[in-house]
Amino acid sequence: MNTKSRRFKTVDILLLAGAILPLLAVMTLKVLTTPASEGISITGAMIYFTIPMPLQDLPITEAQLNSWAVMLTILFLCLYLTHGLALRPGTKRQLVAEWIVEKCQNMVNTNMGEYFKSFAPFIAAIMGLSALSSLSSLLGLFAPTSDINVVAGWAILVFGLITYYKLKAGPLHYLKGFTEPVPVLLPMNIISEAATPVSMSFRHYGNILSGSIISALLAAAFGGLSNLLLGWLPGVLGDFPLLRIGVPAVLSLYFDIFSSGLQAFIFATLTMMYISGGFPQSEFEARKAKREAKKRAKLKAKTAKAEQ
Amino acid sequence: MLELALGIILGGCAVGAGLAMIAGVGPGIGEGNAVAKACEAIGRQPECKGDVTSTMITGCVIAETTGLYGLVIAILLIFVAPRQFVNILMESIGK
Repeated sequence: MNTKSRRFKTVDILLLAGAILPLLAVMTLKVLTTPASEGISITGAMIYFTIPMPLQDLPITEAQLNSWAVMLTILFLCLYLTHGLALRPGTKRQLVAEWIVEKCQNMVNTNMGEYFKSFAPFIAAIMGLSALSSLSSLLGLFAPTSDINVVAGWAILVFGLITYYKLKAGPLHYLKGFTEPVPVLLPMNIISEAATPVSMSFRHYGNILSGSIISALLAAAFGGLSNLLLGWLPGVLGDFPLLRIGVPAVLSLYFDIFSSGLQAFIFATLTMMYISGGFPQSEFEARKAKREAKKRAKLKAKTAKAEQ
Repeated sequence: MLELALGIILGGCAVGAGLAMIAGVGPGIGEGNAVAKACEAIGRQPECKGDVTSTMITGCVIAETTGLYGLVIAILLIFVAPRQFVNILMESIGK
């Protein structure tokens, strides 16, 4: 496989460029539009421009642009990984792609059961998007997941899926579920049902946002501390925030890398649990058995008729 | 008089944010319990380490939700609410 054609290599380079360029573009945009400022500034997502709409102006924010860039990056990475697939894996990237697919299918199979195995791509997409969105803060970008609008969008999508599967298990069954264990608890059940997307989005966004706020505050504190301790040094040495080097990086290891991976995993796990909880595997199997019993009875009746 | 009103608004927001973070106590105790039990379980049955750990992390994250509600309210009170309240005050005065 060493003799890759020139065309193959060109497509490879194009795909890699497609994965990197969107991130570079939003980074440049951020550098160009952020005003120079002293000290720390903790702000929400910057609004780049607004599109006038009949009901309300639609603001296009940093978070949206960054999440689109992350989506493009994931798309091109997937295309790159699956470029030149062969029956006998000849490239490392195919092994990586197969490993990812296998892990996702395993996870979905163990958590959701056989009936939901077609959910693997969806879960993988949510996990990848969430993880890469949070990790984009390592590039100095505004992480899309620290904006509640982005995460709330995902949570509402998941909530729609949960409700769909609950309704699929039987609309009456779904409505009856609100009056259990006693009908007096109806308002409580409605609130807890509505709290599902709220808690999912708040959990994800709160974790990422608090991480970035704590990092910013710590960076500012270390800057002030080094100014206090080393400010008497002459010239550039006095102005240089020496203590900012090192310690914030260790915290960033937790807040940016560990926390984003964990939150992506948690979001995916909760999605799987809620969706498969709406229409449990046992119910699915019971229905399948019922249907087959019906079919068998019909067949029996038919053969009995034919014999007559 | 206006300074007094602004001071009360800003101070109230700051105190409220601090009080909201009391919500962090509950999840702290709860997660500590969960991790302690998970450690016991792993000590008793070391072969179940993977299952116990993943279940524990999921449970911990769900227990963390109430704390995060408090955190979100504290963040809103510090970064969003003061401006809103001051705007309301200015409107009611008519400035």
